[in-house]
Amino acid sequence: MKKHLLSIDDLGVDDVTTLFDTAAEMHDVQNRSVKKLPALRGRTVVNLFFEDSTRTRSSFEIAGKWLSADVINVSAKGSSVSKGESLRDTVLTVAAMGVDGLVIRHMASGAAAQVSQWTDAVVINAGDGTHEHPTQALLDAYTLQRRMGSLEDKHVAIVGDLTHSRVFRSNVLLLSKLGAHVTVVAPPTLMPAGVTAWAKDAGFSTTYDLDEVLPEADAVMMLRVQRERMTGGYFPSAREYTVGYGLTRERLAVLKPDAPICHPGPMNRGLEIAADAADAAQSAVLDQVSAGVAIRMSVLYHLLAGEGSAQ
Amino acid sequence: MVPAHPASDAPAPERAPLPEGRPEGRTVLDARDISRALTRISHEILERNKGPEGLVLLGIPTRGVHLARRVAERIAKVEGVEVPLGTLDITMYRDDLRQHPTRGPQHTVMPPGGVDGKVVVLVDDVLFSGRTVRAALDAMNDLGRPDTVRLAVLVDRGHRELPIRADHVGKNLPSSRGERVMVRLEEHDGYDEVRIATAVTTETGVSA
Repeated sequence: MKKHLLSIDDLGVDDVTTLFDTAAEMHDVQNRSVKKLPALRGRTVVNLFFEDSTRTRSSFEIAGKWLSADVINVSAKGSSVSKGESLRDTVLTVAAMGVDGLVIRHMASGAAAQVSQWTDAVVINAGDGTHEHPTQALLDAYTLQRRMGSLEDKHVAIVGDLTHSRVFRSNVLLLSKLGAHVTVVAPPTLMPAGVTAWAKDAGFSTTYDLDEVLPEADAVMMLRVQRERMTGGYFPSAREYTVGYGLTRERLAVLKPDAPICHPGPMNRGLEIAADAADAAQSAVLDQVSAGVAIRMSVLYHLLAGEGSAQ
Repeated sequence: MVPAHPASDAPAPERAPLPEGRPEGRTVLDARDISRALTRISHEILERNKGPEGLVLLGIPTRGVHLARRVAERIAKVEGVEVPLGTLDITMYRDDLRQHPTRGPQHTVMPPGGVDGKVVVLVDDVLFSGRTVRAALDAMNDLGRPDTVRLAVLVDRGHRELPIRADHVGKNLPSSRGERVMVRLEEHDGYDEVRIATAVTTETGVSA
């Protein structure tokens, strides 16, 4: 396993298997009365978040704490960042305190890779701009694998706002790596430029027609419509988006009854996903959240517990 | 309490290299010796506990798990009682975690009924430095509070680095620190045997 986790490309299939196996053991720890393992005792992990986050930040925090690491949260609001400190100075300041691991979320694509060159600490990408979000992809694939057995030759549809989605990019890479056939679905305005060339290279399909894909899908992953990143008019109205690309009650009926429904959260209920779908028995949304802690424990353990990871 | 995950079984066993002709070292226990030792340990456990009441067997992966299962089978034969059986992984509790590349943890399976107030017998293949047992005691601390913890090992090879001793020993095997003791079990390696071999120059000794 490489020193940092910046992109899904940093992981081989063996690494993914190892991470999933360890995550399964970590999952058991969540059910214990004493949720504590001593593996990262004496290690310090800083969550450096330049964007808002509930589940990623808190699950990294819980994961670190259950492994006995000392976890500190630094968010842009209320830190020197709001006084105009540069990313580099913030990172160097935090690293100078003797940090072993840096979990970073930033609005600029490539921020985590850049940070990894400024510090000796292990850097984990918790979302960089519209580039990647590797731990989210890991927990999605892990959740699907636990529900479906294997992902080999399974058909996974990823639906929604692809242009602004780092989750989609990491997921396409990981699911393809694990042998799944991926079809990405979005309205033309939210289909990233150049995706067709990439799809050809990476071996996934693209379409504008959700209804054509749904009956065939073994799993469906709905993406959040990221209103905060939308500066232009990507679709005429929320209602129109829902009609074309929302997982509505009618579409739920078309979906295979055992096909898991994933959503990385936070959900815009009624926009990209109807309440009926979000709360259906085949919805894996809460599984994803609990898998989030297990996967992040696994990642922290493998990157920070062994030799060579201490500062 | 702990569901099984078939997908995450222990990693494929490394088979001992068997060169042409005789494998290195000499046999200390053969299959029948191992069987007799386990039978005696099973009887000792019952005698010490005055029966099977409250007993729980916890095997330490990898080979301790198989030994614990065999002891449970023997107890079942003698007393007609199924003793609760579990496994206790100690990977995350090792004191040398920092000195090695990271290893994935193995299964911890709590026996039905847990360990609170029970007489727990830890089962492992080789007792050497005692560090594995120390880690196991720490791991147990996070899982419950047994009434008593005892230790059963197939081989005690000496060279303790911590104040730890076994209650039930299959074979006391005087060895030099550099020698390697290799336990091979049917379930994991395809055959039952305990061998001792001289040191490989860089090796500091192999134990559980």
